[in-house]
Amino acid sequence: MELDPLFLSRIQFAFVVSFHAIFPVFTIGLASYIALIYGLAFKTNNPKWERLGAFWTQVFAVVFGMGVVSGIVMSFQFGTNWSNFSLATANFLGPVLSYEVVTAFFLEAAFLGVLLFGRGKVPNGVHFFAALMVSIGTFISSFWILSANSWMQTPAGVEIRDGIYHVVDWSAAIFNESFWYRFAHMGLASFLTGGFVVAGVSAWFLIQKRDTELHRKALSMTLWLLLFLTPLQVFIGDLHGLNTLEHQPTKVAAMEGNWETQKGAPLLLFAIPDQEQQTNHFEVGIPKMASFILTHDWDGEIPGVKEQPPELQPNVPVVFWSFRIMVAMGLLMVLVAVIGLFLRRNKAYMHKRWYLQTLRLMTLSPFIAVLAGWFVTEVGRAPYLVYGQMTHAEGVTPSLTGGMALFTLIGYVLVYACVFAAGAYYLTRVIRTGTEGTEQHDDEKHRAKRPLSAAEASFD
Amino acid sequence: MSEPVFDLTYIWAAIIAFGVIMYVLMDGFDLGQGILFMFAPSEQDRDIMMNSVAPVWDGNETWLVLGGAGLLAAFPLVYSIFLPALYIGVFLLLAGLIFRGVAFEFRFKAHSSRYLWNWSFAIGSTVAAFAQGAVVGAYIQGFETENMRYVGGALDWLTPFTVLTGVGLVAGYALLGATWLVMKSEGATQEWAYKLVKPLLAAVLIIFLVISVWTPFVDAFVAERWFSEFSAIWLLPILGLLSAFWIYRSVSQRREGTPFIATMALFIFTYLGLLASKWPYVVPPNYTLADAASAHESQLFLLIGLLFVIPIVLVYTAWTYWVFRGKVKADQGYH
Repeated sequence: MELDPLFLSRIQFAFVVSFHAIFPVFTIGLASYIALIYGLAFKTNNPKWERLGAFWTQVFAVVFGMGVVSGIVMSFQFGTNWSNFSLATANFLGPVLSYEVVTAFFLEAAFLGVLLFGRGKVPNGVHFFAALMVSIGTFISSFWILSANSWMQTPAGVEIRDGIYHVVDWSAAIFNESFWYRFAHMGLASFLTGGFVVAGVSAWFLIQKRDTELHRKALSMTLWLLLFLTPLQVFIGDLHGLNTLEHQPTKVAAMEGNWETQKGAPLLLFAIPDQEQQTNHFEVGIPKMASFILTHDWDGEIPGVKEQPPELQPNVPVVFWSFRIMVAMGLLMVLVAVIGLFLRRNKAYMHKRWYLQTLRLMTLSPFIAVLAGWFVTEVGRAPYLVYGQMTHAEGVTPSLTGGMALFTLIGYVLVYACVFAAGAYYLTRVIRTGTEGTEQHDDEKHRAKRPLSAAEASFD
Repeated sequence: MSEPVFDLTYIWAAIIAFGVIMYVLMDGFDLGQGILFMFAPSEQDRDIMMNSVAPVWDGNETWLVLGGAGLLAAFPLVYSIFLPALYIGVFLLLAGLIFRGVAFEFRFKAHSSRYLWNWSFAIGSTVAAFAQGAVVGAYIQGFETENMRYVGGALDWLTPFTVLTGVGLVAGYALLGATWLVMKSEGATQEWAYKLVKPLLAAVLIIFLVISVWTPFVDAFVAERWFSEFSAIWLLPILGLLSAFWIYRSVSQRREGTPFIATMALFIFTYLGLLASKWPYVVPPNYTLADAASAHESQLFLLIGLLFVIPIVLVYTAWTYWVFRGKVKADQGYH
């Protein structure tokens, strides 16, 4: 079989970016949660909040460290595998991605050290302020990344001269048509990720009957949060979908598995899309529902994938199923949060073992949803890198051979497998060590600014 | 848009050049610890070596990330030719940096698996240093380009010449690492570090000399630059040799801080000599700084932010080094 550098590059990018994405999506949500806890600690002067904050800060440190390591690889991917794309879009993406780095730099320089190592050395108010700034910093970082990605989905504010993009309107380019939807959807996804991980870990501690008073408090607070955020995410997701329908109709058609443009399109619950035959097998659907959701009219017209010739269509099965996985996870999250409300009576949510076990398992759900969602939006943009303007084939590095791409793909898989197996293993050690051991240590060795030295657990 | 009043290309060139030398000097001495790591006489020496750079190494590496992003923003042609041309080398560099970075985090927390992290740190550092040296060699060699695209092969960057520059930088970083260790340690560890300096200095000088003689044959442009007429750039190698002598003398006099400073001077003059050889070509042999530059408004947009951030980063960096000044003691845990 001929090795296709384009295909391998897409696989490699999907792999490294998926691997990277799970860390920031968690740290962004967790940073806000930590700021909230230290805010409570500052306001109430109750040492139990301090303890909880210290525990989650250790987890944050490990995950942030892994995010930084995998992020370094990302910043070189554009050049190694997508050099034509880099050259063409650098006038916009260069400054935007650099601002992301600069933000991270600034964040680390000024506040991360104080958050990780300043406990007991700086006044509580200052410590809370550092936590707040770190959480704001993570949002500014994601602001730039999502601006860059949204611009690739809905390019604006630029003109092309001699094959090179030139920025003519910075605010139109940065705040492009899909930016705010994506930013809101992703911000909420981060909160949900943080929320479900905190809920799951608290549930685990309650099952283990460790430090129960503290974790009951944490769980109660988190479940209230999730009760509001999960439906809100469904609402924002719907708005995002409508925005996509307006700007990228083919992507929506692929999400719905809708091949022919039609009025009163059904909402497919199950189907096996067949790209070759340009049709679905084994369709099971709710009549007219897709039209109603997307146009708010039972007989609204939904565009079909076949509006585009086969070579300009995304991979429909991947988009179709990724979308269903994301939505299923989202609805499951709403359900679990609502059940939590019903279990409020007699505080049953703290005692019912089946519910605590469910929460434990749900820890994975936001990660699955986030990755599935990114697969929808990225695979759904294909064959374009810059929607409607530059394809993957035009953007790939011209000198890249299949052998080179395969070499680095296998290499990155091996490197990540080693490094992140160690990271994940260590993270479970940190969590197992628990909140009981987070009494204040006040020793000199913790002046360092490295994330992982904030964690206390032993490796083996 | 009206013609820009002021060309920012050279300001950006200065920023990137500054970032590169900051990176080389600062990550150089901590990569050097990794290169020398498995040669250290005892596990206690290794603890001290790692402790001496543990608080600062990741700050050092952020210069690399900023350099990469800054290149994309200010000189996209460099970014989009270097990275494809150095494709395999870039992978080795990143893999090396990842393994050694993770080793910093986990070695102190490991007990029975510690030897694995030792090797991870040593091999990762050495591979990363070699890949960086090979990049320098590839830059001197030049790149096969056509219509602003790299058109050469996957292993064009790996030639006898670039292997030599790779080995040269490994030796150079080891020298930086050894003089850093002289400054930061005492007792048996310092004694060992002192003994390393002179052999390493000899190795570095020999390799640098061979590279200097070889380069004009690799690249006629460099030969023209150095030999067509006698010019002030000949001061740079002279100053470099004086720095080498300074290292030699200060080690003989058993100075503690001076050898490290003198080694930095040797690096700076070598670096300036390299820049002078190629100026104004940034993607030799075809493209100059001006050819590679991004649009004026893009350079300006990012420059505004950097003007605020770079001073803060410098102050923060200086502060960190100040906090961690002085000798690293064997029992002073950094765990």
